[in-house]
Amino acid sequence: MSALRTRLFVVLLVATGLIWLSAVLWIYVSSKREVEHFVDTQLQEAARMVISVADRVGASPVPGGQETPIPALDYAHQLTCQIWSLSGSMLARSSGAPEHRMTDASSGFSERAINGDTWRVFTLEDPRKGIRVMVGDRLGMRERLANDLVRSFVMPVLLVVPLLALLIWVSLGRGLRPLRRMARDIAARDADDMRAIDAGRAPDEVRPLADALNALFLKVETARRHERTVTAFAAHELRTPLAGLKTQAQVAMASTDPSVVKAALRQILTAVDQTTRLVRQLLDAARLDAETDERPLIDVEVGALIAETIDGMRVDERIRTLVDPRLRDLKMRGDPESLRLAIRNLHENAVQHMGAGTIEWGLNATGTGFFVRDQGPGIPEEELPHVTTRFFRGRHKSASGSGLGLAITEMAARRSRLALLLRNRQDGSGLQVDLEAA
Amino acid sequence: MRLLVVEDDPILSDGLKVGLGLSGSTVDCVGTCEDAVSALIATDFSAIVLDLMLPDGSGLDVLRTLRARGDRTPVVLLTARDGVADRIAGLDGGADDYVGKPFDLDELSARIRAVVRRAAGRASATLVHGAIRLDPGRFAVTVDHRPVPVSRREFMVLAALMERPSVLHSKSDLEEQLYGWQEEVESNAVEVHIHNLRAKIGRHAIETVRGLGYRMRAIA
Repeated sequence: MSALRTRLFVVLLVATGLIWLSAVLWIYVSSKREVEHFVDTQLQEAARMVISVADRVGASPVPGGQETPIPALDYAHQLTCQIWSLSGSMLARSSGAPEHRMTDASSGFSERAINGDTWRVFTLEDPRKGIRVMVGDRLGMRERLANDLVRSFVMPVLLVVPLLALLIWVSLGRGLRPLRRMARDIAARDADDMRAIDAGRAPDEVRPLADALNALFLKVETARRHERTVTAFAAHELRTPLAGLKTQAQVAMASTDPSVVKAALRQILTAVDQTTRLVRQLLDAARLDAETDERPLIDVEVGALIAETIDGMRVDERIRTLVDPRLRDLKMRGDPESLRLAIRNLHENAVQHMGAGTIEWGLNATGTGFFVRDQGPGIPEEELPHVTTRFFRGRHKSASGSGLGLAITEMAARRSRLALLLRNRQDGSGLQVDLEAA
Repeated sequence: MRLLVVEDDPILSDGLKVGLGLSGSTVDCVGTCEDAVSALIATDFSAIVLDLMLPDGSGLDVLRTLRARGDRTPVVLLTARDGVADRIAGLDGGADDYVGKPFDLDELSARIRAVVRRAAGRASATLVHGAIRLDPGRFAVTVDHRPVPVSRREFMVLAALMERPSVLHSKSDLEEQLYGWQEEVESNAVEVHIHNLRAKIGRHAIETVRGLGYRMRAIA
C-alpha cells in the first residue's frame, strides 16, 4: 500500500516539477528576449533623443562628467552615450561611458568588448549635423535583468513546492483510504471467514477488485465445504470397516470355539481386502480431484486397454468376462490414465453386483464408444441419476460397495471428455454402462 | 439380554453378533432403518446398538420414531464422525450413550450393560438375590461367594429372572431372551435350563407358578 502511495507521490511530484521547470525555462528564454528587445528599443530611443537634443544645443561639444549626480537606482547607469564628430573626435560622453570609442560601426547595432565587459551599442549618424551618437549598455546588465525577473518568479515556486508535496501526499493518503480499509478488513479475518467484502462503499476503481475477491472467496468456500463433506464420508467409510476388523479380531481372541475363530479370521481377511480397495479408490478420487491441469487427450486403443486392465484383476471363477474382438480396432480420444480408472471401476462394479454370470464388453451401435453389461440386479430407476455421486448409498448397495466406483468412473470420463451413460438392460437382466465421445 | 444391532456393514454386524453373543447376549442384526423399525415393533429388546449412517436414512430417524412411540429401550449409538455436533444430536435425540468407530468390543459391551442397568434403575452392575450373585460383566455366578459354573443359556435365563426378581417370566418371554430370529427354538429348553440352574444354585431359588411361568423365590 505505502509502495503504491510512494510511487504515485514520486510520479506526481516529478511530473509537477518537470512542468514547473519547463515553465521556468520558457519564461527565462522569453523574458530574456523581451529584455533584449526592450533595451534595444531604449538604445534607439535614447540615440534619437540625443541627436534631437544635439540639434537644439547646436552641436556644441559637451564636456564629460558635467552632469549633476543623481542618486543611483538599482538599474542606474544602464545606458551610456558617446557623441563623436564624423571626423572622429569625441564631442561628449555620459558619465558611465568608456573613454574609448564604443564601436567602429558607423550605424546600427554592434557589440564590442571593452575592459572585460561586452557592450551593445546603437550608432546613429546625422550627416547634416556632422555627429555620430553611440548609445550602449553592458550585456551583463541585461543578463541581470532577465535573471532577476526569473528569480522573482522562481522564489515563490520554491517556497510552494514543499507545500505542494505535502498536499499531494495527504491527498494520496485520503484517496487510497478505501483500499487500505479493505486491506485491513481482509487482514483481520480468520482463515475460516469467507464472508463477502462490502463493496458498496468502495469507489468504482476498487469495486472490481472487491468483486474478484468475493468471487474467489465463494469458490474457496464451496471447495472447502465439498472437501469437508467428502472427508466426513471418507471417515465413515474408513472407520466402519476398521471397526469391523477390530471387532472380528477381538472375537477371534475371545472365543474358544475353533469354528468361531476361523470364521472371524475369514471375515478379517475379507475386511482387509475391502478396505484396501476402498483406500485405493479414495486415493484415485483424490488424485482425480487434485488434477486441475488438463492433460492432453490422445488416441487410446481401447481394446488393448480393456484387456490389459481386466487381466490384472482377480475375479471369482463363477464370473465370465467376454470382450468383443471388434473393440481391438476402437480408438477413442482421451486420457489413458483416466480411461484405465474408468474401465477398472466399471469392471469392479459389475463383479461386485453379481454372484455369477457374464460380464460383456462390447462396441456400441455407432462404433464411437464401448459398453459393459453385467447380469446383476441393476439400479432402481429413481436412483440412476444419483449413483455417480460420491458415497451415494442406494437401497440395494452391494455388501462391499464403497459408493465410490461409479463416482470415480464419472470423474474419469469427464477428464477424458467422454459421456457416461447408465441404464438398466431392457430385459431387466442387469446394468449397461456406455462410455462414448461426448 | 436380547440386543438389536442396526448396522449395514456386514462384517461389523457379524462381529457384533458373535462378539456380543460371547458375553451372554442374544443378538439380532438388521441393516436398514426400515427393518430396524419393524424389528422394534415385533420384538422387545433389552438394548439397541444403532449406527448413524444407514443406506436408507439416518439412525437418528429410527431413534426419533422409537422415542415418539414412547419406547424407552436403551440405545447406544455407533458414530463414525468425529463431530461433537453429531454426538450432541444423538444424545439429544434420545440416545443413552455413544461409541466412536472403531471401538473396543469389551467397552461397547460394558456400555450396553450400563445403559440397561440404568434403564432398570439399578445402581450396581452385579445382580444380587439372597446368597446368589450374578456379575454380567465377568459372566460369573456365585452362591455364598462360591463360584458356580453355568452355561451361556443358563446364565441368560438366570440374568433375566434376577433383573426383575418379583415379576413372573413366562416360558415364551424367556425363550425370546435366549433365541434370535434365525435360531430354532428347542422345545423344553427353558425347562431344562431351569432344572439345571436349580441343581446348581439351590433347589428352592427359582419358583414355578403353574401355567404362568417362573420367578425368583422371595427371600424370607
